[in-house]
Amino acid sequence: MITILAFYLFATLTIASAVAVIFARNPVHSVLWLIMAFFNAAGLMLILGAEFIAMLLVIVYVGAVAVLFLFIVMMLNIDFAALRSGLTKNLPFGLIIALVLLAEIILAVSAWKAGPVTGNAQLATTNQPNIEAIGELLYSRFLFPFEIAGLILLVAMIGAIVLTHRSRGDVRGQKVWKQVDRRPDEAIKLEQPKVGEGVKL
Amino acid sequence: MIGLTHYLTVAAILFTLGVLGIFLNRRNIILMLMAIELILLAVNINLVAFSAFLGDLVGQVFAMFVLTVAAAEAAIGLAILVIFFRRRGSIAVDDVNRMRG
Repeated sequence: MITILAFYLFATLTIASAVAVIFARNPVHSVLWLIMAFFNAAGLMLILGAEFIAMLLVIVYVGAVAVLFLFIVMMLNIDFAALRSGLTKNLPFGLIIALVLLAEIILAVSAWKAGPVTGNAQLATTNQPNIEAIGELLYSRFLFPFEIAGLILLVAMIGAIVLTHRSRGDVRGQKVWKQVDRRPDEAIKLEQPKVGEGVKL
Repeated sequence: MIGLTHYLTVAAILFTLGVLGIFLNRRNIILMLMAIELILLAVNINLVAFSAFLGDLVGQVFAMFVLTVAAAEAAIGLAILVIFFRRRGSIAVDDVNRMRG
C-alpha cells in the first residue's frame, strides 16, 4: 500500500517538475526543478530496489551536472527574456509533435506483450545487496565497458579544459625556475645596524 | 500493484516532455541541454524498470553507462556554450551557424 502511494507521489512529482523545467521563466528555477525531478526519479528507482543507481543519480546528477548547469547559468550574463521570444510561436507545433510521440509510445507499450514477469527473480533468489551484485557484474563481465566509461570521462574532462582555457598575455605568472635558482648569498644580506642608525637598502 | 507498465508510462511522459522542451526552447541552448538530460533520465527509468522486473542486473549497469555519457555530454556542451558566449556575447542558437570555420 505504502509502495503504491510512494510510486504515485514520486511519479507525479517527477512529471510536474519536468513540466516546470520546460516552462519556468527563470533558467535558475529551471535548474532547481531539474534537481527536484532527479530526486524524485531516484525515489522511483529506490522503489524498484535499484539503490545503487538511485544514489548515483543523486550524486552525479544533483551533485555534479545540475550544479554545473547552475554555475553556467549564473556565470554568463545572458538576456533570457530575448531568448524566450519564440516560445509562443513554437508552442502549437511542439505540442502536436509531443502528443503524436506520446501516443506512439503508449500504443507501442500497450501493443507489446511482456512475457511472464517473473518478479525480482535474480534479486529475490540471492539476498545479496544491490550494490554488491552490481559491483561483481561491473568488475567481471563489464570490465572493459567500465574502463571505456572512465576513458569517456577523461576525454570529457580534458576536452572541457582545453576548450575553455585561455592564456592571457597581461598576467604575470609564477616563474618557478627563477625562485628555485635563487642562492642565499645573493638573496640574503646580513646587517648589524648600530643603535640609532637604520639599515641602508 | 505497481507493474512494469506504470514505470514505462512515467518514462514515456518524461521522454515526451524532454522532446517538447527541445521544440519549445529553440533559441535557449541551456534549456535544450536540460531537456536532453530529461530524455536521458527517462531512458534510465526504462532501463532500471526493465532490469528490476526481468530480474536482470545488466539493465542497471547500462543505466550507469548512460549516466556517465550524460555527465560527459553536459560538461562538453557547457564548455562549448561558454566559449561561444565569450565570442559572441549571446547564446542564441540562431547564430550558431557562424561557428563554421
